[in-house]
Amino acid sequence: MTNRTEVLVTGIGATTPLGGDVASTWDALLAGRSGVSPLTQEWAARLPVRIAAQLAVDPAQVIDRVKMRKLDRSQAAALIAADEAWRDSGLADSGLDPERLGVVVGSGIGGASTLLNQDDILEARGARFVSPHTVPMLMPNGPAAHVGLAVGAQAGVHAPTSACATGAESLVWALDMIRSGRADVVVAGGTEAVIHPLPIAGFASMKAMSTRNDDPERASRPFDKGRDGFVLGEGAGIMVLERADHARARGAKIYGRLAGAGMTSDGYDIVQPHPEGVGAVRAITKALRDADIDPADIVHVNAHATSTPVGDMAEIIALHRALGDHPVLTSTKSMTGHLLGAAGALESIATILAIRDSIVPPTINLDDPDDKLDLDVVANKARSMDIPAALNNSFGFGGHNAALVFTRP
Amino acid sequence: MSRDEITAGLAEILEEVAGVTPADVNEAKSFTDDLDVDSLSMVEVVVAAEERFGVKIPDDEVQNLKTVGDAVTFIEKAQA
Repeated sequence: MTNRTEVLVTGIGATTPLGGDVASTWDALLAGRSGVSPLTQEWAARLPVRIAAQLAVDPAQVIDRVKMRKLDRSQAAALIAADEAWRDSGLADSGLDPERLGVVVGSGIGGASTLLNQDDILEARGARFVSPHTVPMLMPNGPAAHVGLAVGAQAGVHAPTSACATGAESLVWALDMIRSGRADVVVAGGTEAVIHPLPIAGFASMKAMSTRNDDPERASRPFDKGRDGFVLGEGAGIMVLERADHARARGAKIYGRLAGAGMTSDGYDIVQPHPEGVGAVRAITKALRDADIDPADIVHVNAHATSTPVGDMAEIIALHRALGDHPVLTSTKSMTGHLLGAAGALESIATILAIRDSIVPPTINLDDPDDKLDLDVVANKARSMDIPAALNNSFGFGGHNAALVFTRP
Repeated sequence: MSRDEITAGLAEILEEVAGVTPADVNEAKSFTDDLDVDSLSMVEVVVAAEERFGVKIPDDEVQNLKTVGDAVTFIEKAQA
């Protein structure tokens, strides 16, 4: 190890299209279940995309009605996932100094659903009927602020935004917060809930989404020849990161180590990934160096792999360059759809559980691999294997690249 | 509309907006101290009350409505 401060994962929480908590989500991932279903809302009929991966457990079943009136759905999801992670960490009654507790929770799009719903009210009924809770519900830092209130964090509450790299970048900023000595514990991750006609229409206009409306469970198919775009998902993933000596001193349950991270920006195009994944290669290489790990030691990669024709193969090229031809890949998004700003956090949870349980969840719907796919992807059925160290990639519109290295504690 | 009817109407609004138990609502109760209605939720209560009782409650009047009884009196006069 380097002389860097060691940072451990001591709590995890999630609410996803596969389940209302980590255990149910992980079971579904290992079983290869799809969380994608038809959109039955009235507005969906006039959209070119009529499928999505909606939360398995509606937040309204978990959070009381009056509180829900003041929360954007993305904030409710963040609170549910953070509550699970916080309880899981056992820190609630540990006497942790709140001034040593931070929060980093980002979102790719923020409270867009609130913004659009309140605009409908403004147009239909007038300004007086716009909810006084509108601004705190739509502000991009809202989820982080709510989580900060829930856990009583006073070391700083931050909300990075880098589109689909947000969840991963939040974990990187949290890692830096602990390494720089500004906190001992950081509750970090991402959240997203924008299954609303406008964001769907926008992504659909970019031709970024799958239109396999008649076969929802088979629509998200990373690395498969028949892939035709991503499937929008919603949910939240939260990790509790903790300075190692702090965690060990209190006898914490330890999932694994966030050993290193790398972030870069492409400087290439606002939405297209660099065709050879140059920025991604640099992010991965930085992460390995930061973790003081050789490329050969990364045996598993939880890929960004969203099921778009261009992106999936650019990542394959980048992985070849950065790691070689040995890592065993999977794409969580084949089952969860693309949780945008929550994806990197949820997939970090999947990565750390793969390490803990020595098993890689499958990439479902990989029936006819792309001709250019020359790395080992775990197709359709989970694979048991020893995983001392693994990588999680996230890339976002804007040219954001984030790579995280997780290892056994 | 009687004072009791206005109180009952306010209780329904308070339940919808702020989750207040209707049985807890009477004229003596303070919105903030007794019923735990925060300032943003109070804005919602006022807008809902205007609609329900067909009255106008000016913004500078809202700060004078400390208790449910204050609101009932204001609405009663405004309706007259």
